[in-house]
Order: sequence, then C-alpha cells, then structure tokens
Amino acid sequence: MGLYLRPTTLDEALRLLAQEKAQILSGGTDFYPSLGDRPMREPVVDISGLGALGEISVEAHQIRIGGLATWTKILQTPLPRCFDALKGAARQVGSIQIQNRGTVAGNLCNASPAADGVPPLLVLDPEVELVSQEGTRRIPLAEFIVGNRKTQRRANEILTGILIPRTLDDAASTFLKLGARRYLVISIAMVAVVLQVDNSRIADCRVAVGSCSAVAQRLHGLERALIGSSIGSSVRDGLGGRAKVEHLAALSPIDDVRATGKYRLDASLTLVRRALDSCLGNC
Amino acid sequence: MVTTPKSSDQSAKDTIVFSVNGRRVAVSASPLERLSRVLRGDLGLTGTKVGCDAGDCGACTVLLDGEAVCSCLISARQAEGHEITTVEGLQQRLPFGARLQQSFLAHGAAQCGACTPGMLVAATALLDKNSNPSEDQVMDGIGGVLCRCTGYRKIITAILEAGSIAAPQASPRAGAAVGKRLVRIDGKKKVEGTEIFGADEVPAGALVVQAIRCPYNRATFRFGDVEAFIRDNPGIHGVFTAKDVPGKNCYGVIALFADQPVFPKNEALFRGEPVAAVAGEVEAIESLDPARFPVTWDQLPALEDIDAALSPEAPQLHANREGNVLVRGRVVRGDVDSAFPQAAVLAEGAYETSFVEHAYIEPEAGFARRVEDGIEIQACTQSPYMDRGDIAAILGIPPERVRIIPTAVGGGFGSKLDLSVQPLLAVAAWHLGKPVRMVYSRTESIRSTTKRHPARIRLRAGCTRDGKLLALDFAADFNTGAYSSWGPTVAARVPVHASGPYYVPHYRALTRAVHTHLVPAGAFRGFGVPQAAIAQEQLYDELADRLGMDRLDFRILNALDESTPTVTGQLLGDASGFRACLEALRPKWHVARKHTAEFNSKAAGSLRRGVGIAGMWYGCGSTSLPNPSTMRIGLKRDGRIALHQGAVDIGQGSNTIISQICADALGAPLDRFDLISGDTSITPDCGKTSASRQTLVSGRAVQMAATQLRTAILGLARVCKDATIQFGEGSVIVYKNDQAHEIILSELPLDQYGYVITSETTFDPPTSPLDQNGQGTPYSVFGFGAHMVEIEVDTELGTVRVLKVTAAHDVGRAINPTLIEGQIEGGVAQGLGMALMEEFFPGRGENLHDYLIPSAGDIPPVESILIECPSPIGPFGAKGIGEQAVIPTAPAILNALHDAIGIRVTKIPATPDRVRAAILAAAEKKGKRG
Repeated sequence: MGLYLRPTTLDEALRLLAQEKAQILSGGTDFYPSLGDRPMREPVVDISGLGALGEISVEAHQIRIGGLATWTKILQTPLPRCFDALKGAARQVGSIQIQNRGTVAGNLCNASPAADGVPPLLVLDPEVELVSQEGTRRIPLAEFIVGNRKTQRRANEILTGILIPRTLDDAASTFLKLGARRYLVISIAMVAVVLQVDNSRIADCRVAVGSCSAVAQRLHGLERALIGSSIGSSVRDGLGGRAKVEHLAALSPIDDVRATGKYRLDASLTLVRRALDSCLGNC
Repeated sequence: MVTTPKSSDQSAKDTIVFSVNGRRVAVSASPLERLSRVLRGDLGLTGTKVGCDAGDCGACTVLLDGEAVCSCLISARQAEGHEITTVEGLQQRLPFGARLQQSFLAHGAAQCGACTPGMLVAATALLDKNSNPSEDQVMDGIGGVLCRCTGYRKIITAILEAGSIAAPQASPRAGAAVGKRLVRIDGKKKVEGTEIFGADEVPAGALVVQAIRCPYNRATFRFGDVEAFIRDNPGIHGVFTAKDVPGKNCYGVIALFADQPVFPKNEALFRGEPVAAVAGEVEAIESLDPARFPVTWDQLPALEDIDAALSPEAPQLHANREGNVLVRGRVVRGDVDSAFPQAAVLAEGAYETSFVEHAYIEPEAGFARRVEDGIEIQACTQSPYMDRGDIAAILGIPPERVRIIPTAVGGGFGSKLDLSVQPLLAVAAWHLGKPVRMVYSRTESIRSTTKRHPARIRLRAGCTRDGKLLALDFAADFNTGAYSSWGPTVAARVPVHASGPYYVPHYRALTRAVHTHLVPAGAFRGFGVPQAAIAQEQLYDELADRLGMDRLDFRILNALDESTPTVTGQLLGDASGFRACLEALRPKWHVARKHTAEFNSKAAGSLRRGVGIAGMWYGCGSTSLPNPSTMRIGLKRDGRIALHQGAVDIGQGSNTIISQICADALGAPLDRFDLISGDTSITPDCGKTSASRQTLVSGRAVQMAATQLRTAILGLARVCKDATIQFGEGSVIVYKNDQAHEIILSELPLDQYGYVITSETTFDPPTSPLDQNGQGTPYSVFGFGAHMVEIEVDTELGTVRVLKVTAAHDVGRAINPTLIEGQIEGGVAQGLGMALMEEFFPGRGENLHDYLIPSAGDIPPVESILIECPSPIGPFGAKGIGEQAVIPTAPAILNALHDAIGIRVTKIPATPDRVRAAILAAAEKKGKRG
C-alpha cells in the first residue's frame, strides 16, 4: 500500500514526484473511475491543493489555462470568441458534477480518444507546459498526446498550464458532440472548428475530429483546401459542402459499443460540414 | 523553506475535519477514501446513495461549498475544510431545500427513492443559482443524476414548481381514499434520505463478503492453497466454495427448473459467475485484489449466441436439456396454414432484440446473521417468501428458520426477484456465526445479475381485403443464458400475448428459451412481451399500409371485444378497455399526423418527423399458475389498525395503494393505519412483486380482509351493514340509524396476534391450465393500453429525438392517479431506452457510461390518459399497470421511425449507426431501382 501525499506548493509536489513514481490525483473524475474495484497500490500525489494552478489568465499574447482549472471555470471566465468551442465542450463534459471537479489538464493527461477537451483545444494550436524539478518544457498539444491514453508527460512532471496564443481571438468557433443520449455521454464523434473570414476570404480555418482515431486529429487537408479561398456563394449555400470524404483520411475510427467505425466516418463528415456552416453563419 | 506535506499511508487513517450540514465533524479516515464512503460509513449519513462509484449516475451528489459534486469522486482529504451538504441537511437549507422535498412529494417525483437524494441536492444547487429556471435549465441541472423509475418528468415538474407548492394534503375522510392523488405513504423517508435500502444498515461487527467471479464465458477451475491464502491475508476469516454449501447447492425461481448453484463445483458457465466467497474485515477485503485469489482457470469454448447453442455440435449446458433448449412455449388456434392462402394481404418480418440491463440505481446489497439454528437476511428483494424457500434449501433447514427482511428496494424491474447476494451471505454467515454484509459494485451488478432476454423473432400475418386479421404465425427464440431463471416464464407468456389485444382467428406462436454461456436472462418488466410487441405491432402497421388503411383504424377494427375470443380462447366480456384506449387517441392521432405531414412538406434540411402508434395487453399475475396473496389486518386496543402488508414496494407504490384499498374497504381514514411491511416473520406471503399483480392480487386480498374486519366490528355492535364506523382512541363507535354503539376495546381479549380482532384472507386470481394447444384461461385480468409517439429523425446522423408520448391505459380503476402516471412515465422511459439506446454486450461495458439508459434530457413530455373500464375481479375494479406501461413505447417509436423516413431497423435498439445504415441502404436500393 502506497503513500498519499497532498502538497500545498508546486515545489513540494515536484519534489515528491521526483522521489516516487506516483499517480497524480486532481479532480478525481478519471482517477476514481479507473480504480474500479481494485485497491490502490501506487503512491498518490494529490495536486488539488495547488490553488494557484486553478486560474485562467488572459495575458497580452497568450491565454493560460492553469493545470487545475475546471470545466466550470472555463464556463465562468470571459474568453475570446475562438474559445466558444471549448466552452461548448465544457458544457457537455459529463454533467455539472463532473464539470465542477474535472480539470481541462486532467482531460488531456488522461488522453482518452473521446476526451472532450482535445478537439476544441487542438484547433487553437496550444502548447502544454510540463514542469518537473529538472525544469519546464513546452510541447504543442498536437505532439503531447501520442496514443490511446498515452502522452509525453513523464512521471515526474505536472501539466501546469495550457497556453493558447492569441492569434485567432475573434475567429468564430463551434463544437459539435454526437452521442446516443443528452447528458452523461461519451461521444460517438465530435468536431471542433475555428474559422476566420477577412474580406470574404477564409483567413484561417482549423478543423479537429475526436473519437474517430486513437488521438483526435486535425484535418489539415481540408484546412488547406479552405484557407485563402473566397467564401463566395458559401454565404448562401454553406461552407460545409466543400468538405469531402477524402478530407477524413487522417481518421481511423473503430467499432465499439457506441457505434461502428463506418458510421463514425460518415457522421463525422456531417458534423464537420455542420460545424463549418455554423461558424460561417457566426462570422 | 521546505515543508513536509501531509503524507500518510493510504490505508492508515488521518483525522480529517470538515463541515457537514452546518456541523463541524472530525473523522478518522484514509485520506484517499471516497467522500461518499466517509459520509455513509463514518458519519452514518446513508441518505447519500452510491450507484456506480464512477460519476456515471449522480446518486451520490452532495454540495461542496454549494456546488454539486459526485461524492464518489472526491477524496476524504479533498473535503477537508469545506462545507458539505447532504440530503439530510436539506430540510434546514434555506430557501429551497425543504420546499423541494415537499414538491417532490406532492408531484410524485420519488418512486423507489434511490436517485431522490442526488436529484434533490442537484436541484438545490440549481435553484440556489437560478430560482426561476426554464425546463431546459432544470434538465441541465439534473442531467448528471440518472433515474430508472420515474422517466424524469415528475421530477422536472417538481423542481419547476418548487416555489409554488400547495399546502400539504389533508388526509381524506373515511371511504374517500381510492381514486385520490395521495402522497405516497413512504415518501417522506425517501425525500429526507432516511429510507433504509440494502446497503444502508450494517450490523455491529459485520464482516464483508467478496465474490470471486469467473473471468470467462466458460471455464473449468481448480483452487490452489486456500488455507495459505487465508493465513497470508490477515483479516480474512473464511473462504467458501461449493463444498461449504450445507444443503442443496442448487436454486432457481421456478422449482421445477432450478439449476443454479451457489458456487459451481468445477465449471463456471458464464462470465461473472461466483465460484467462491471471501469473508473478512472491511480493510482486508478492501485491500484484496481478486486477481490474487488462488484459483486457476481453464477457459473453454463458449456458446455465445442462439445459433451456436442450437447447432448439433454444441456442448450441452445442462444434462437434461437436449439441444440446449430450456423450454418451449406453444399457443395454437384455428389453422394458420390453411388460412394464409385466404388472406388478401400478407406481411412478414424478422426482428432481433438485445440484452437489456435493469440498471436500477441501487446495486444489490444486504446482510445476514445466524440466529441460533436459523438465519436472518436483510436485503433488497422483490420476493421475500421465494428467497426464504431457496435459502432454506441451500442451508438445509426448514423455511421457518429463515427470516427475510426486505429493505426498501432501489428499483427492481424483475431482476431482484432472483437471488443475488443472499446465497453467498447465507453460507458465509452460517459458517462464521458472525454477521456478514455484501454490497455489489455496479460492475458486479451488471456482470452477474439477470437481463432482459435477447429475442429473435420471425412472424407472418395476413388479413382480409377489408382489413380483418386472419392469421398470425409467430416464432421466437430467446437467449436465456446459462441458467433457467425466468426463461420458462418468458417462453410461456409470449405465445399467449404475441397476437396483441386483437382478434386473430388463426394463430400459431412457438417459442424456445435457449441456453448459452452468457449471463442468465430473467424477468424484466413484461417477461418477453415487449420484445414480441416490437415485432407484432410493426407487422400490423405493414398490413395496414398495404391495405391503404389508417393504422389506428386498422387496430380499432381488429381490437378484441365482448364477442371475440383471445388466442387462448378466453372471452374477456366487457372488461377490455383496449378499444376505448385507441378511441381516446383518435383525435390526437389525426392532429399529430397533420402537423407531422405539414412539417415534412416544408422540411428542407435533414430533419423529418413521424408519428407511430402501438397497442398492448398484458395478463396480470402468473400464467395459469396459482399466485395467491395473503393479507392480515388487526384491530388494536388503541383503536388503530395494523396492516400487515407483505407486497414489497419497489417504488411502484404498493405500500400506498394497498393502504388506500384497505382504508376504503374498512371505512376508516388512512391515518388510523399502522403499516407493517414485508418481513417473513410478521407479514403473511403476498407473493412476488412482479407480473403487475400486486394491485390486483394483494389489493383484492386486502379488500377482502378489510371487508371481513368491518363485518366483524359490526357484529360486535350487533348491527348489520350500512353502518358507519368511527375509530376512536381505545374504542370503536358504530353509528346506525342515529344510534351509536360504542365498543370499548381495552375490555376485549386479545387473540394470538395480539389484536382485538384479526382478519386474514387469501386471494388467488382464478385461472385455468392451458391445454397442449395453449387453450384456456391464463389470466383472470388483463391490462390494456396504446401509445402514440411523435419523433424527429436527423436523417444525416441517424439520431432520433422523441418529441411527445401520449399514453392511454385501461387501468380498471385508478386507485392513485399520480402513482399510475408515475408507472406510465417510467415505463415510457424504459421503452424509449429499449428502442433507441440500450444494448448490453456481455464482457464489455459493464458500467453506466458504456451501457446507456435515458438521461433527463431524453424523455419528452408524456400525456397519460387513464381509461377506467372496471375489472369484475380487481379491487374497486383495478387492473395492473407496472408492465403494461413499458410495452407499447418501443414499437410505437419504431413505427414512428418508419412513418418518418420509411425504414425499418430490424436489430433493436435503433442506435444512430443502425438507423443511418438503414437510411443509406434504402437510398442505395432506391438508386439501383431508379
């Protein structure tokens, strides 16, 4: 039976993680369910006492989501428009009970293929900040999650913040989550889009799809096809029609209890189209 | 400065200080312990329920500094210094706590009560922030708490109206209880969190029992050195296996088919079957990793579906059941084969349904203790007397030495008719001589307890040119899993019901219950009839469509009436309100059809709407078998009446319904009664709470007992009927023709039960056996109904949203309309889940986030229309409603789906991927044709 440690400063926490190969406990919304019926044998470092990490700070060139910021905190904090997708995800994560405790950083570290936070963050091109006694490193989110429940976080590191560059503040953004019921649902597929239109041209567009591959994927081919193009008649006909099935090449959906892989691919194309149309409508 | 953080061994206890319901508490707990366990175990605040330990059900919701959180996901240490509010603190919590509790009572928002504390707490958090929420905001507020009984609508109404609740009801005057919307008698305990469920009481010094379960669908096994295991694990007091079962290592709900061992000897037949039980102290069991138990498994090839089980090469699960067929059912009338050529229009279909999990919010739990040479078991159960019989046989003692004390049941729906924790507790307590307790985890509950039978149905029907049904040929195989459970009942009940409540002169229905190496399928609200109705009601729509006839008119034309016999040859006389149900829907049907057509004619995007209808009948009580109930009431010396009510209330409301019937039959006001609920030592046998029989059978028994007591009291006063009885303090006054006769009760002798007068009666509904063609009188009373469902389909995603359900039910006499609506709304919710999302895959998704039941946002408004076509047998004319309510919803949704987009999904549930695949297949077919 291992130790339970609840440091009150980041330095203490890092020191403890350097000493022990421990599991990190924060909001508990993934930690406890993953325990199942088994007893906990590893040491546990509970970082929920590191209050300062709970903040979201809007700085001149970046927005920092602290490593302990909850989904509820995301919803309560005034943020630029490009965060609408993340707020949409925050509103749909589990339930209010989960949103009040679960952290965005924990969602990334848990690295479920169906993590609600990943697509809406991927489209903001953030970096994650990982801190250990050896120092601080920053890794693009797209590189941080490397597989189903696998990340680049080392056992002695804490994800202290998610850093979003303020390059797209005014872009419209949308999050669509598809599940078989309204609340408490793990998605079958989900899509996040940000879209920036300047003078009837698509200045920037980013599209990410979750639950359709081991790690949520950006659809770079689609983004490239759209960026720089004129929206032209899309104002009337919608932008979604320009998304084609070949743009989904990065996805590799599987069959599971929620849906078939074939359906996921089909539905994600519909979601991408709708999200693009919705964003354009808000531009 | 480097401080030393608080560190401790996870199992070692720390003192943790926080505030609960305004009171500062210091508990000694492991810092990693879930807050829910600290609240329940250390602080005795058992109002907070544990349903999943994973944040999936919200039953454990508490407020942490005013915010709703799942207390199963918070460590004890994380609560330190914070203010926690539990259901027990709501009464004092201004301004909304007590008002919400009152409103839940007034609106019938609590049924079994297992989700109620979580709902109330979540609603408090909502109203604290927004005292005037919209319906959508209420749904968001309670979306994190699952309910399996109510269908959420009454909960939503109760929250919306928490600010404007009426004054508490006055108790109705004598003789006026039946028909009233009375608040449920046991409701107060449910909203205050003081109700005792299976896991809520622990005898002092109780050890904990943990099952060792087979990890494969089929495996032989050998135990290693169990003695050494006990020796090496301090705190483990015993391990029990097949050789430790003192009596018969075999039980089953139907004696004739009993086949399930407490522990198998050397071969486990399904994943999750217990092969041993470990009993020990709490800490020892909690730190036990079942994977380290000394047992070696040899996995064997398993039969995982009906086809495999029926193949000639298949190994046989049970020696006396050739071809793995547990039982066959058969009802034949007329001559189907010669009738089909006469039919002007034919339709046929094939449907497959899935395992459905009961998913009650309360997992199985209870405790047992040996009392000299007998045993006491307190647990959640739907059938205390059946439990008593089986436990007696397992222990090899007479039934009188077994006492079963049912707790409140946090949802049953059929699965808590079967034994779960009881045999393991009984064997362990018997040997240890110490009390033992067991609480199933959600995973354990889903993995090992019974399910709704997956069905594979083929059927063909024909009718005449003018729309009269001529013939139905129906065949169904049911996957009954490894042990018999209620498989025989499903196989017998379905052929009797598969025609629906329609006149079908030529009929053949053949069924088989087939064993596989999967979790046993048993009783689940409707015993197979919901599966049959999915096929039959869709097929009748096809016939109507081919005739070009309105689907409702087709049903009205064929509805059973006074002169037409059922498929078993029974004439129902004027006790069938089916046609009245359909007629009640007619105006709404036409309006809904019109609105739907208008919507679709204007629809440019991907949304299409549809309206569907389906009918239902359901026989109350056991099929052609005796199923008596016995009720006892006693007049006490203080002038009060003791009601020994053994009909287990699993949330449906039998405590209240039985009391209402008793009060009016006796002519006493409800507040004169002392309710004594199911305990085999003090209440007579009221049979099982299943088959929609308690209102009918136990209700009639109590009506007879009360009438008999009334006659006896009048006898004491030497007057005959048409008198009024007033129950006073220590006396009874009988008024007749302005004359008052006072009977001083303290002067009268007491009988063997300690009452001045005891009245005990038994009622068994009259039925007759079915002959070899299934002809006879299987039930004395049927309930009838029809649902109309309006839906919206997103054709690009295959998602279905149910917009409205209108449910007409013939309940004979609505003893308590609020409770009946509660049954209907809950039935609709389960039917919706069955139609659209519920599918259990054995071995996968044994939790409440992979296995989905409807959440608060999935249930549309439900309009209930109560038709009262009295039964000559039921008390005050009443019929059952529990199972009736679930049957028509799924077929009505599936008919609406066809109405909307012209597709039939043949594998149920119609999940988004199946609906979308059917849409694409239909489009491809059309494309080819075009």
